[in-house]
Amino acid sequence: MSTTVLPTVREETPFRRFAREFAESKLALFGLGIVTIVALLAILAPWITPQNPYDLAQLDIMDGRLPPGSKSADGSITYWLGTDDQGRDMLSGIIYGLRISLGVGIGSALVAGVLGTALGLIAAYIGGKLETAIMRLVDLQLSFPAILVALMILAFIGKGVLNVVLALVIVEWARYARTARAAALVERGREYIEAAECLALPRWRLLFRHLLPNCMPPLIVIGAIQVARAILLEATLSFLGLGVPITQPSLGLLIANGYQYMLSGKYWISFYPGVALVITIVGVNLMGDQLRDVLNPRLRR
Amino acid sequence: MTTWLLRRLMQAVLVVLAMTVIVFIGVNVIGDPVEILISPEADQAERARAVAALGLDKPLWLQYAYFLWGALHGDLGRSFVFNEPALRLIAERMPATMELAVTAVLLSIVLGIPLGLYAGLRPNSLFGRSIMAGSILGFSLPSFWVGLMLIMVFAVQLGWLPSTGRGATRALFGVQWSFLTRDGLQHLAMPALNLALGNIALVLRLTRAGVRENLPMDYVKFAHAKGLTPVRVVFVHVMKNILIPIVTVIGLEFGSTIAFAVVTESVFAWPGMGKLIIDSINVLDRPVIVAYLMMIVLLFISINLLVDLLYTVLDPRVRLESRE
Amino acid sequence: MSDITLDVRDLQTHFLTRAGVVRAVDGVSFTVSRGRVLGLVGESGCGKTVTGFSILGLVDPPGRITGGSILFRGRDLTKLSEPQLRDLRGNRIAMIFQDPMMTLNPVLRIDTQMIETVVAHAKVPHAEARRRARDALGMVGIPSPDERLSAYPHQFSGGMRQRVAIAIALLHHPDLIIADEPTTALDVTIQAQILAEVQKLAREHGTALIWISHDLSVVAGLADEIAVMYAGRIVETGAVASVLDRPLHPYTHGLIGSVPSRNRRGVRLKQIPGMTPSLLNLPAGCAFRTRCPRADAVCEQDPPISEPVRGQKLRCFHPQLELVA
Repeated sequence: MSTTVLPTVREETPFRRFAREFAESKLALFGLGIVTIVALLAILAPWITPQNPYDLAQLDIMDGRLPPGSKSADGSITYWLGTDDQGRDMLSGIIYGLRISLGVGIGSALVAGVLGTALGLIAAYIGGKLETAIMRLVDLQLSFPAILVALMILAFIGKGVLNVVLALVIVEWARYARTARAAALVERGREYIEAAECLALPRWRLLFRHLLPNCMPPLIVIGAIQVARAILLEATLSFLGLGVPITQPSLGLLIANGYQYMLSGKYWISFYPGVALVITIVGVNLMGDQLRDVLNPRLRR
Repeated sequence: MTTWLLRRLMQAVLVVLAMTVIVFIGVNVIGDPVEILISPEADQAERARAVAALGLDKPLWLQYAYFLWGALHGDLGRSFVFNEPALRLIAERMPATMELAVTAVLLSIVLGIPLGLYAGLRPNSLFGRSIMAGSILGFSLPSFWVGLMLIMVFAVQLGWLPSTGRGATRALFGVQWSFLTRDGLQHLAMPALNLALGNIALVLRLTRAGVRENLPMDYVKFAHAKGLTPVRVVFVHVMKNILIPIVTVIGLEFGSTIAFAVVTESVFAWPGMGKLIIDSINVLDRPVIVAYLMMIVLLFISINLLVDLLYTVLDPRVRLESRE
Repeated sequence: MSDITLDVRDLQTHFLTRAGVVRAVDGVSFTVSRGRVLGLVGESGCGKTVTGFSILGLVDPPGRITGGSILFRGRDLTKLSEPQLRDLRGNRIAMIFQDPMMTLNPVLRIDTQMIETVVAHAKVPHAEARRRARDALGMVGIPSPDERLSAYPHQFSGGMRQRVAIAIALLHHPDLIIADEPTTALDVTIQAQILAEVQKLAREHGTALIWISHDLSVVAGLADEIAVMYAGRIVETGAVASVLDRPLHPYTHGLIGSVPSRNRRGVRLKQIPGMTPSLLNLPAGCAFRTRCPRADAVCEQDPPISEPVRGQKLRCFHPQLELVA
């Protein structure tokens, strides 16, 4: 009889399994790559850009509206993607703009996530009138289009980066709340929660140390989708002139700046920021799609 | 049926009232109402007069009562910029926005459903997969940027279509419409398509999901077993099942489309409600902002109510059960 | 002219899945004659439903008929084109499914679903098609058929819906009806009514009927012949009375023995030990040998079809001949 050598099986932690399943989609990995590159660009912006587009002293209006590849008047910088009407290097502007887009997008998604999840969990766990009140609010909020709500808020409180974040948080929290509540309702009936209750754990500890971790998967999926939506919404609001101030342009505002020059053929002022925006959003969406497939318990093979 | 209808109407009224409170608070409580409601160009004397006239020196709840009273009579203030009743300004521009929104929704049906059907019936074909990939772009691409690119390609480079504005109009039922003229249609084409992109992607994905969900069902197999042609099985049996949720979603999206027209109108300088509101926000023409918000909320609630009604009419299971 | 309506010879339907080849139907042969009822029995997952679908050419990918022939009144159905098969479906061969709620389209009216069947195979005007539909409903015992025609499926009870399905099957007076567990989802009383109904109609019109079921008692009362299926193969066929009284195949024997009604009170229910093998991984030779008390080394070969008793065919090396005294 021949002896068979059993291969040693490395125990797979849930995270490892998740990473493996996530990596099964080449597209998702591609998305992850894009997001990583964009994030790095944004973080390292001050060190890698040829120019600081927010520093008015560095801008030379005589260099305005130059096509891609031109050199600056004093020959020090090559404007790889051209300049806008203020003489701002488009490449620098885009990278700095990515900062704002990512910062606002991820920031608002996180804050909305924390707020919405907390409310959703509380609603599910405590139930009763509180739950009804919260969920009615959620339903009301979600029945209105995001852009309308954001418009309304910005019309009342004015423009500015923080105001935009606030508006986005108000727009986004409801989706987290609804998802968290649905997940919590399912988990609440499970035995480990009963067991924890028997141990007379304080409520909040039960909610956040026991219930929350098991509700995470759908929330992560929603989070990814919301980040993409937030980035898109911020860009739209900035384009409309309701978002970030003109001295610190995000991608949306850069595109708006280039609007009037399009008709005269100076396409690069609007074109390249848009490409950067599209790439970022597509990257996040690709990741989000795969996250949804991997984390959705129904689709689990 | 009637009890359900009454209940929904009550809910609708409550939501509209809630909106009036929110708008009132937004204008009169957040920020300085004097700043907001009185044109910044007024001097001290005019300001004092305006404060008295607008009742800003009265208690808050009384101000709200006046506001509500005025709203019910269609008086939502006068625009600072145009010096006309704000509501009239909005109403004048509504047909243009409606034109845009309705065309966009029609496009989403005409393009979205056939493409979604194909993607659902032949999911592994090259075209089917490209359709799905394309639909992801529909969600990810910033609408305003796509609009700019459309202008660049079709107006600037190719010169096929006009870049901005609304074309010539002709009257129908006392209202000016641009789709009745050739020039109008040329101006309508790009903005409507731009606005429709998100809707097309949505309808497409819904249709495809519906097809994928229904094809393995027993009734489809039974229909085949009866010897019916595949065309009839898909276009009568499957379609009737998918159309109900799709129509509902399209109906609900109509309100969102009207709201999102704000962006398209800005890009294409389309003279509708949306462009008005953006301009008004930028110059702080608050009465117009208030009028727009109230109008849109009203539209929204009505559309949602109609869609709910439509759903009960379309789905025989719901319709007949509510009667029994 | 031959009396044999359907002659299935060594039918094989395989599913090519990612996990491997699932041999759902692996060498099935039986015949059904005019006006006779064949009961096709076996446990869940043995391939009975796939057999039914194969006859009509309704096997969904990744499955396909990979071998054998299906002779319907002399024509080999496996060689026909899709339009030719469509011509026969609902017309000369009809099928009744298990769950009538799912088989009738919930958003279409009954008359729509019946009239379309009529019109698909006969060029008659709408009014005439409606009349035929009404008559068919009357034939299966549905009261006030005119009102019922304008109704929707969810307005009917389960038994009524199944009657509608039977009516649809009968619209063109088919030569063969395949009934796939049509009474499993119904109450026992309704079940008896439907059985009687179907039996009567089959006799009157000379329709051949294949009744697929896992319920032996139903088949016992209804069928003329019985074919027992296990793991994709027919293991025994014969006249119902002979097979049920003197089951030659150990599986048939075990199946009959495990029917609860045959048990004496207080005695433990009989079971066939072990589990059905996965159709992905069938053992070589006789598929039942892993559970058979009579199995030995020779059973690792494919048992050929033998006929130890006249009229009763089976695939077994060790038939229970001791029962045939």
